Parts: sequence; C-alpha cells; structure tokens
Amino acid sequence: MIYFDNSATTKPYKEVLDSFVTVSSEYFGNPSSLHSMGGQAEKLLSQAREQVSKFLKVKSSEIYFTSGGTEGNNLAIKGSALMHKHRGRHLITSSVEHPSVRLAMEQLEREDFDITYLPVDRLGRIRVEDLEKAIRKDTILISIMHVNNEVGTIQPIEEIGQLLKRYPGILFHVDAVQSVGKIPISLIDNRVDFCSISAHKFHGLKGTGALFIREGARISPLFSGGDQERKIRSGTENVAGAVAMAKALRMTLTKAETGTETMKKIQTLLWNGLTEIEGTQIHTPHEYMAPHIINFSLKGIKSEVFIHALERKGVFVSTTSACSSKKKSPSKTLIEMGVPETLAESAIRISLSFQNSEEEALTALAALKESANQLRKVMK
Amino acid sequence: MEYERILIRYGEISTKGRNRNRFVDKLKKSVKIALAPFPNVRVEAGRDRMFVILNGESGTAVIEKLKNIFGIQSFSPAIKVKRSIEVLKQTSLDVVRSFYEEGKTFKVTPKRSDKSFELDTDGINRAIGGHLLQNIPKLKVDMKNPDINLRIEVRKEAIYLSCETIQGAGGLPIGSSGKAMLMLSGGIDSPVAGYMAMKRGVEVEAVHFFSPPFTSERSKEKVIDLSKKLADIYGSMTLHIVPFTEIQQTIREQIPENYSMTSTRRLMLRITDEIRKKHDALAIITGENLGQVASQTLESMFAINDVTNTPILRPLITMDKSDIIKIAQEIDTLEISNRPFEDCCTIFVPASPKTKPKREKVQYYESFFDFDPLIHEAVKETETIVLNSENNVRTEFSELF
Repeated sequence: MIYFDNSATTKPYKEVLDSFVTVSSEYFGNPSSLHSMGGQAEKLLSQAREQVSKFLKVKSSEIYFTSGGTEGNNLAIKGSALMHKHRGRHLITSSVEHPSVRLAMEQLEREDFDITYLPVDRLGRIRVEDLEKAIRKDTILISIMHVNNEVGTIQPIEEIGQLLKRYPGILFHVDAVQSVGKIPISLIDNRVDFCSISAHKFHGLKGTGALFIREGARISPLFSGGDQERKIRSGTENVAGAVAMAKALRMTLTKAETGTETMKKIQTLLWNGLTEIEGTQIHTPHEYMAPHIINFSLKGIKSEVFIHALERKGVFVSTTSACSSKKKSPSKTLIEMGVPETLAESAIRISLSFQNSEEEALTALAALKESANQLRKVMK
Repeated sequence: MEYERILIRYGEISTKGRNRNRFVDKLKKSVKIALAPFPNVRVEAGRDRMFVILNGESGTAVIEKLKNIFGIQSFSPAIKVKRSIEVLKQTSLDVVRSFYEEGKTFKVTPKRSDKSFELDTDGINRAIGGHLLQNIPKLKVDMKNPDINLRIEVRKEAIYLSCETIQGAGGLPIGSSGKAMLMLSGGIDSPVAGYMAMKRGVEVEAVHFFSPPFTSERSKEKVIDLSKKLADIYGSMTLHIVPFTEIQQTIREQIPENYSMTSTRRLMLRITDEIRKKHDALAIITGENLGQVASQTLESMFAINDVTNTPILRPLITMDKSDIIKIAQEIDTLEISNRPFEDCCTIFVPASPKTKPKREKVQYYESFFDFDPLIHEAVKETETIVLNSENNVRTEFSELF
C-alpha cells in the first residue's frame, strides 16, 4: 500500500499511540480535580503545553488546546469577531481558504459583518497590495492560510506580517494546519496573533489541535463551561491527546531536519514523471510551493474514476481536499486560480509525509501511467 | 528586514566607579543566561555599551528576552546593509516605513567612522532624507524632537541602521548586590517581592513552608512553578522546602489561638534565618505589605521581627494591592498564584487573629516550650532543589513525550 493522501490525514506514529494509551489508562484523572491524580494529569497537560510552545517558539501560556484545525480556525475568527465587534465589523480573508475559515466568515456575513475575500493569482497567491487596499478603519481581523491544502501554494505570510506592523489594531490569524513541520514560520517575527494547528496532519491523533493566541490578543470563547484553558476553551481537557500531539510534533520536527530534502526529491521525481504522462497539467505552482503537495489534472479523466483506478493498484491519493471531495464540486482553489472547470473536475492531489520513500514514488508513477493509459482507451 | 546586532546601553552601572567591571561582568552573565536558547548569538561587552551579535538568530525573539534583563537601561536593534547608496536608500525607506504612521516626524543621524565612503555625513543626510521625503508623502522633518530617529553608522565592513530605542527593565544586574532569602508562600505578593529584590541586583533563594497533609502536593507544585518563573529571570532558582507540620501542630497545642498566627510567623522567620546562615545570605525578603492582613500591621511586624536582627527587606511594604497585581501579571506569576490550593498561610488561620499582638505576650506564651529542637530538625530536613530555566524541560514522564 502506498499512502499519498497525507494532507487529508496522516498515520499516527506508533510511539504517539503508545503515549496516548498510557496516559489514557494510567493518568486518567481530571486536571481540575484537587487530589494527586488530578495533579498528575495537570502536570502532563502543562508539560505537553510547554513542549508544543517550545517547538512553535512561543510562550507556553500562549498555547490553547483545541479539538483540531476546524475548531482553532472557528475560535480565532468568531472569537475575535465577538470580542471586537464594537470596534469594527470588517474582516479580510482569501478566496482559497479551507472551509472552516471560509464558512465561518460566511456565517459572520449573515450576522452583519463585512467580509473581503481577496482574489489569488495564477499561482494561487494573494497579492499583498490587494490586502493593503482592502484594509479599512473598521478592519478587525485578517485570516490567511500559510499553505493551501489543495494545491500547496505558500502564502506571503512574512510580507503580510511586515505590512501589519503598521496596523497594530488589526488581528492576524494564520491557518498553519498544512504547513506544520514542512515550512517553518516565526509567529513572533511575523506579528501573528493567532495560529491554528491540527495534530492528525503530523502523525498525531484526530480530535486534537492547538491554537496559538499571542499574549495580549483578546478573544471571546465560543464554548461556555468549566473555564478550562484559561477560560478560552471550556471542556475537560483531552490530556492524552495533548501529550500525544506534543510527542507527534517533536517527532515530526526531528524528522523534518533530514526528511524535508527527501520529500523535495520525491516531489521532483513525481513532478517530472507526471509531466511525461500525456495530457497532464500540474496545478501546483513551481514557485512558492510546499514540499508535500502536487495537484494535477489528467485531461478528460474525472478525478473520482482515476482515484478508484489507482486504489486498485494500492495507491491512495485524493481529489483536492478531503473535506470537500464528497461534495463533487470542483476545487474552489483551482477555480479561483483560473483553472477551467472541466480541467478542475479532473484534479488529483498527491500529498506526502516523511514516511514516504522514493521507491514508493516510482511505483506510484508506474501505476499512474498505467491507469492513465487504460482509462484513456476506455474513455475515448 | 533583518536585525544584525543589538546595542545595549547600561543603566546605573555607568555610575558605579571602580565596581564597574564587576557590574558589567554580572550583566554579561545575565544576558548570556537569558540568550542561552539562541546558540549563535555572541555577546561583546565594552566599558560603556554591550553588543549582542545575532548571527542569524531571530531579532524579535532576542529583543523580547532583553526587555527583562536587569541592569539594561535601553537598547537598539540595528540592521546591517551593504555599503551602497542604493541599498542604503531602499533599506532606510523600509525601516522608516515600518515605524511610520500618519503625522509622525523624523530625522536622520548619520555617523561615518570610515571616511572612505563616497558620501560624507551631510551627503548621507541629504540623500537619505530626500529619498524618504519623496517616498512617504506626509512625512515631515523635525530635527529637535523627531518621532523616528534614523541612525546611520558607516563602518568599514558595512553600514548599520537603527531607529528604535527600546526601554530596558532598568535596575542592577542580578548578583551585584549580594544574596538574600525570599519567604515564598504561593500567594501573589511574595514572588513579586522576590522580583523587585532581583531588580535591585539581589541574588535570591526561596524558602517555602510545607505542611502535609494540611497543604497538598499541589500547593508545593505551585511554589515550584512560581520559582521557575523567577528562575527564568536569572537562569536558575534555589528553592528550600521546609517540613513544617510538626511545628504547626505544636503551636496549636502550646499557644493561645489568637496568638498562634503571630507565633507561626515568628517561627517561620527563625527557621528562614537559620537557612540564611547556612547559605551565606545577608538578608530576608518578604512580600509583606503594610496593613494588608492581620500579620502585616506595624504591631504584628514589631512582634514578629523580634526574633532576628537580620535585615528584613519588604519591597512591597508601601505599595497598593492593585500595583502588586499589575507586576504579578507582567512577570506571569499571577495565574499560578491564583491556583486555589491551601498554603501555609491560609491553613490554621484563627477566627480572630490579633491585629495588635504584644511582643511581651508572645514571648511569654512561647517560653513554656523549647522550639529549638524542632527548628533544628526542620532545618535539617529541609529539601533543597535547584530549578533551572534552560533545562526547564521536566524529566518526569519524559518517556511519554
């Protein structure tokens, strides 16, 4: 089996699962309990927080555990809107965000907030000039993803951060779900106020994630309850999940030191191989691309058909993003990049992890070629 | 825009005459400890100023660390650019833009230590000033009191640009004023008192009284966490944990209830003083604040202080609670202090403690029992732990992480 759908989710590391099981079975106390079992659980939780903060190079009091990327994005966006609605009701985002950002924005729009959706160029990047033009007196939040989940384009977060140094009143949220472990980013240098990450994208477990909230940035909670996570995210803490995430993050970043080069090699290998197949068009831009995603279309072959053909050969890839692939609508990102709808309907996304090898890439390429040839014959 | 180095200006150190070298050394040590997470950084200490050479480390992160170091009056990050007028123009524009807001004024302060550069200071002034005025529409010059002072220093190897002066924490470098013992309860005040003493150059060791099972492991944990916060300031913190259960029980048996609190404080002070002697410290620091609670009236202090001649430093003595809380917030201890566990001060509090205890009375009550062996025992059984900020990573549970 060759698993090339790592942007949808990754396989949890065995060591990560072991930690989860140990913590769940031996340290199952509630961190809020006064007895020593509660104390142990609290210690584990704060240790997990310290570890995550250390790797993100922020303070441990700036890390808030969540249930994943969707919650982090919703909390940052709606929480800011709720807190700062009297100061302004305008938010800016891009037109290629993950649904958990886009639809949160659309919900706010129905609540009389004003949203600007910035267009992207052919590479899938927003232009910082456009962003600056969109800023108004009543702008309270800008939310831009770091790496696009469908095509892998890296957004100009550094430039935006530098620009926003001149606008201290505007909060800046970065959805870094796809970039953790692949593209390092300095949250402090780039004046980021909120940053969401999700553990299952880096070999942690589903249902765990974290939101970085810069010290001093104020936000309204979305959940009411026992005031856990410094009142920002009520609900009994998922201690085992948090510990597992801290471990997954450490392991991923250790692997990234040498793994990123290999990943780039695999990506180039796939890239070159794909261009040899007749009728392929690669959508992932050659500049500003993350090392783990290649998005391409095989002209005339519907994505779903191709995915199942590959699956029979033991290669697992996806149609654009896993979240929207069941909806059967063509990729929003590709359409925004100006890819014609017919071509977008054939889009396939290969996404890698540090567990993939060059041999796998070669095997997968052979399978891709064979499937393409077979399907072409049938579909002609 | 990348910072290359940071220039540090000393505070009161420069007035310290012959002790100056010792002060600079202490400050250099403080800076090195604070910047330990950045292995590429180099620190060069001179008589009047210090340079932190970043060597590729994040300027913003280093600046955050420098803000908390005592003995620094102010500092300025500088950008290194190639010796080319075009590059200088462009970078100057970027720098000024990043600080510019409508209505702000500026001036250029050039300095040319290398005379071979094609423009003299006046030329630089005109070239850069003109370029800035052309490109930032509403920018105005103010030579006397500019909002943005762009300093340009032309040197042989490169040109250095800086236009920000960041306020330091002030005070004196830690260790330059000797050592004292801090009585650390777990409340809001005592860590702040420790911090204030450190700010005046005192090297601090903490003493905590632990009375299991009346106070829990979690309240001890709380004090350890507070000590770690203080350890962040100077790299490490020594914490002495005194077993206090037996003494507290004896007080309950021997001393009338309304004097038990006064007596407890007296015994705590005697034990702290013994530990102080053992560790060659010269004073005791408390978080006492005049009039805050029964033990902190002048009458109480008079009755409690009776047990020792050692100087007792009370940095918070005249402060308002709201100001203390503000500092606790700044040094990030407030939230830890607010954790809801009983500590040595909240347990065994009599229903109506004497707010005006008499020294003679408490001496009389204590005279029926010899506390010396218990004090001796408590000091002997005291557990000492050293908390390091650099290896703040706990080893417990390490296999799970």
